[in-house]
Amino acid sequence: MKVLMIHPDKCTGCRNCELACSVFHEGEFRPRVSRVHAYSWEKEGISVPMMCQQCDNAPCVSVCPSGAMSQIQATGLVSWNSNLCIRCRMCTIACPFGNAVYDSGSKNILKCDQCNGDPECVRFCPNEALTYLDDTIAVRSREKAFAAKFREAFKEVK
Amino acid sequence: MFGWTGTTLRINLSSGAVTRGATDPQMAKQFIGARGLATKIMSMEVDPRVDPLSPDNKIIFAPGPFTGTYAPSAGRFDVVTKGPLTGTIAASNSGGTFGAELKYAGYDLVILEGKSAKPVYLWINDDQVEIRDASHLWGKTVPDTTDMLRAETDEEAKVSCIGPAGEKLVLFACVMNEMHRAAGRTGVGAVMGSKNLKAVVVSGSGAVKVADPKAFREAVLKARQKIQANPIGGKGLKAYGTDVLVNILNEIGALPTRNYRDGYFPTANKVGGESLAAQNLIRPKGCFSCIISCGRVSRVTAKGLEGYGEGPEYETAWAFGPDCGIDNLDAVTKANYICNEMGLDTITMGSTIACAMDMFENGILTLKDTDGLSLNFGNTEAMLELVRKTCLREGFGDKLAAGSYRFAESFGHPEYSMTVKKQETPAYDPRGVQGIGLNYATNNRGGDHVRGYTIAVEVLGNPSKMDPYITEGKAELDITFQNLTAALDSSGACIFATFGIGADELAEMLTALTGVSYTTEEFMRIGDRIWNLERIWNLKAGFTAKDDTLPERMLKDPIKTGPSKGKLSKVLKMLPEYYKLRGWDKNGIPLDEKLKELSLSRL
Repeated sequence: MKVLMIHPDKCTGCRNCELACSVFHEGEFRPRVSRVHAYSWEKEGISVPMMCQQCDNAPCVSVCPSGAMSQIQATGLVSWNSNLCIRCRMCTIACPFGNAVYDSGSKNILKCDQCNGDPECVRFCPNEALTYLDDTIAVRSREKAFAAKFREAFKEVK
Repeated sequence: MFGWTGTTLRINLSSGAVTRGATDPQMAKQFIGARGLATKIMSMEVDPRVDPLSPDNKIIFAPGPFTGTYAPSAGRFDVVTKGPLTGTIAASNSGGTFGAELKYAGYDLVILEGKSAKPVYLWINDDQVEIRDASHLWGKTVPDTTDMLRAETDEEAKVSCIGPAGEKLVLFACVMNEMHRAAGRTGVGAVMGSKNLKAVVVSGSGAVKVADPKAFREAVLKARQKIQANPIGGKGLKAYGTDVLVNILNEIGALPTRNYRDGYFPTANKVGGESLAAQNLIRPKGCFSCIISCGRVSRVTAKGLEGYGEGPEYETAWAFGPDCGIDNLDAVTKANYICNEMGLDTITMGSTIACAMDMFENGILTLKDTDGLSLNFGNTEAMLELVRKTCLREGFGDKLAAGSYRFAESFGHPEYSMTVKKQETPAYDPRGVQGIGLNYATNNRGGDHVRGYTIAVEVLGNPSKMDPYITEGKAELDITFQNLTAALDSSGACIFATFGIGADELAEMLTALTGVSYTTEEFMRIGDRIWNLERIWNLKAGFTAKDDTLPERMLKDPIKTGPSKGKLSKVLKMLPEYYKLRGWDKNGIPLDEKLKELSLSRL
């Protein structure tokens, strides 16, 4: 199983992820309907990419009254089925991160579907701020990156 | 239309009229967008002899077809107007996100004309366009203006605004967007100030459409790979920013020092990109769609200089650093922050201070003139004080607010001003790098490097290397760079994309995006067309071949120390060849055949 990981410390706020996502899903460059958003705070120079975390125990699935939102066993992905959806938008309220949004233009729920196992945002991120890794490696890579900070600190002490 | 939105927005600030028109597809094809297309509009609608700060001048915000797409490092826009510092046609180019947001709101061009009776700002929310009162914003800094405008419009809105310097018509005020990005040169901020226009705020929910998504994606991925594989585009600029150039230029003895008295500064390393990375850098920052990330999010903690922001770029570090005889990076960075907050061009500001220091040391200025400040080279406190005073036109700063040429001339000594067409030349000494000198002299917006960056070839060896000291072949090199950059600017791409790609890749991407066929040759010809259009505008504005030269110091006073010791600029030797290759007569006027070839007519 693979995990799409977000590394805000590497994000430069270029929003290539939003562009790649919107043109892949909608055929045009329109960040408003992208499933990923990189928010920037210019004063602090901080940028943070946000997208569906594919929760194991997803509030959007629990709250969905029509079964449109469900978790796929094989991939672990939370999937949205347009045909079953009654557009009540309960999922957009339930998501604790605001990562499911309703687009009034297309009448679709916008949430990350990981592009059928080959996420376009990851391919277009120039800074490895978005990575798509095997879940065990993914978890350890973050742990190791943090451990490396200790190594730096110890080196300085020495 | 694909790539273009197809809509041009026009706002008359005198009458308050807001109108929409179609972007002319034929004209868009011939001039691409941004700098090219907006210059074409200026040539049709504004007399080149207009007073730049009068209501008859217009100011155009113009993104290019790439802007808003994932073409790599291509999210830029131009602010096009007649520049008050130079009196030339001026396109000041900026990155950030503002240009893309204009496209999503639905516009290829926003043309502003007339003058508002009182301070206003423009709120563009897709189709909804309002001219709103800005009296509560007048006098506010760029970050405060941005925060306040977002609070009263949309917190994700993009803000392009002037600071106090633009309001006070400082002749080299810039237009700032997303707080830290600048349409920096030629004084476009003063034009906004003269129109009582504090800001343009935009929020867009629309799309940029693509003609052939599959071909565009392939072309973009290919171009990205080339930029990422380039040592400068892929690694150098992200690691050290443009400031990495300090040591590179100093090592060849072409780092202008103390108002170009010299070309070598022994302690330059202290203000270079490597020092910046070790001392002040927090992280690299990218503009919209950028894969390079040369932006520097930085911090200064030194006592009395505390600050947080972006920068410095190479030119800024040079202008407030070696050009003023200063090697204190914290002070240089602080000067940069003040300019960003007040909305001021750092190159002209630093170089104007250097000019004043030179005149002070030579006894032309006395303490009586300078409000009691000892303007010796290396005086960090005086440098910072002059930046503050100039932003607000306070005391002696009021004189500096006209830029170094008018300032030095008012004391009877214009020779101390390091300018071409009254704009300060940047951080590459033309005595040590011949081609860039020819570019300064012939540049359509005066002393400037970004419209013919021959440094890439003469110093950095990209895509190939030429000896910086020779003059042979430099006229041709300059013309190639000037034409390429004119077309590239007009597409919305960043000049740094050329660290990896060229006209081939740009033309291929543009074709796939717009569905209009552009060959490499056609792309370069468009650059030639834009360059010549700018030239005939300037000729009509009153410029002649006499203005195509460098300050006397660069022609007659050899560099005193360092690796380029003894060198002079030989620009006048290269100029006749340049005119000839351009298809111009010996007075620098485009010949009829040339204009016919480019489908241009005289103004």
